[in-house]
Amino acid sequence: MAFVLPNLPYAPDALEPYVDTTTMTIHHGKHHATYVNNVNAALEKFPEMKSLGIVDLNKAVGTDAIPKEIATTVRNNGGGHFNHSFFWKVMTKPSNSNGPSAELKAAIDKAFGSMEAMKEKFNAAAAGRFGSGWAWLGVKADGSLGITSTANQDNPLQQVADEKMIPILGLDVWEHAYYLKYQNRRPEYIAAFWNIVNWEQVNDNFKAASGGGMPAL
Amino acid sequence: MAALLSSKLNMTARPAPAQRPSVRTNAVALKPLPYAPDALEPHMSKATFEFHHGKHHRAYADNLNKQIAGKEWDQKDLDTIVMASWNNGNPTPEFNNAAQVWNHEFFWESMKPNGGGEPTGALMEAIKRDFGSFDEFKNQFKAAGMTQFGSGWAWLVTDKSGKLSIAKTPNAVVPVVEGKSPILTVDVWEHAYYLDYQNRRPDFIQTFLDKLVSWDAVSNRYAKAPA
Repeated sequence: MAFVLPNLPYAPDALEPYVDTTTMTIHHGKHHATYVNNVNAALEKFPEMKSLGIVDLNKAVGTDAIPKEIATTVRNNGGGHFNHSFFWKVMTKPSNSNGPSAELKAAIDKAFGSMEAMKEKFNAAAAGRFGSGWAWLGVKADGSLGITSTANQDNPLQQVADEKMIPILGLDVWEHAYYLKYQNRRPEYIAAFWNIVNWEQVNDNFKAASGGGMPAL
Repeated sequence: MAALLSSKLNMTARPAPAQRPSVRTNAVALKPLPYAPDALEPHMSKATFEFHHGKHHRAYADNLNKQIAGKEWDQKDLDTIVMASWNNGNPTPEFNNAAQVWNHEFFWESMKPNGGGEPTGALMEAIKRDFGSFDEFKNQFKAAGMTQFGSGWAWLVTDKSGKLSIAKTPNAVVPVVEGKSPILTVDVWEHAYYLDYQNRRPDFIQTFLDKLVSWDAVSNRYAKAPA
């Protein structure tokens, strides 16, 4: 089964005014679509890998399980497909969300001291990622929450990641994610992101990650 | 295609805050563009230049100056700071800023109004010799720009014997640190083309080659490259 570009969970204008409609249309319909096409093309040569599914495919990045011939393409485009599928779901219409669950809040307070402290650390990771990449909040192997950033379309599921974790929240800081509306003002985009976080999805992600898994994308 | 998205969105950069007078002259200036910001329209818009030069390039220079203020590299020339901060492949925090200042100056000077066309003379002969044809050079240069995943640059470089080749580098890396002499570059960070071309990086690079390259500048660099 080839990978399929998932539909956006909302209309392209749903995240206005924080993420503009044109960006959502191009980001999903062009950038994400290209990652899907490219990872499918790579897996045509090794069709047995298609059965892994996108999460396990990403977990295999950096291991011998992925043939050398397609390793970079899978890292970049399998990474891109996971990252964007995950990303659309952790966002929602502004004011549509009721915030983190009590369990997640407790875990955030334990790991970072407070919600504000967590946001500051996340914002710094997002702003400090030079070039293209992502910032992540995730559950580490010891069960605690951590924050990290990755380059390009890498993610903390992959074995190539400096800090491995099961992501529960992520933010795309490739310029294509924000340039039409924010241009060079990445910190403004990062600050705006908190208005559209889908905490219900993040709560689900946290629950699953605490058990070592991920909800279906 | 209809009017550039940038003009539809009616964007202009907000003006920079008034500069405070410096106690001393910083080593690294924001070199002005070699042409007016609208001079490369419609291929590269005024809006793009206002952000790309006025914000991105400016920030690299400002941030570098903050990093080196009062330290050993203050007052050193940019080339020296780039090589020193590269630190033999273990770059210091200054490298990203220093190299990006260098790269952007080099990029602006790689372009001119009514650019494009073809080189002549020794450079054209070398291109035909080392790539087979001018078209093949363009194909390889474009491919390098298209396949530099994430942010980075594509380059035409020469070595000490005058042999030409294509290079691509990620983020701020410049082939100077790898012992090559760059003679042409295109910026493939998304900020270089997103307002005008959005995701269409191949179209941007093609237009750059066909309409923007200053072959005079490239030829001069080729002639002056260390042998």
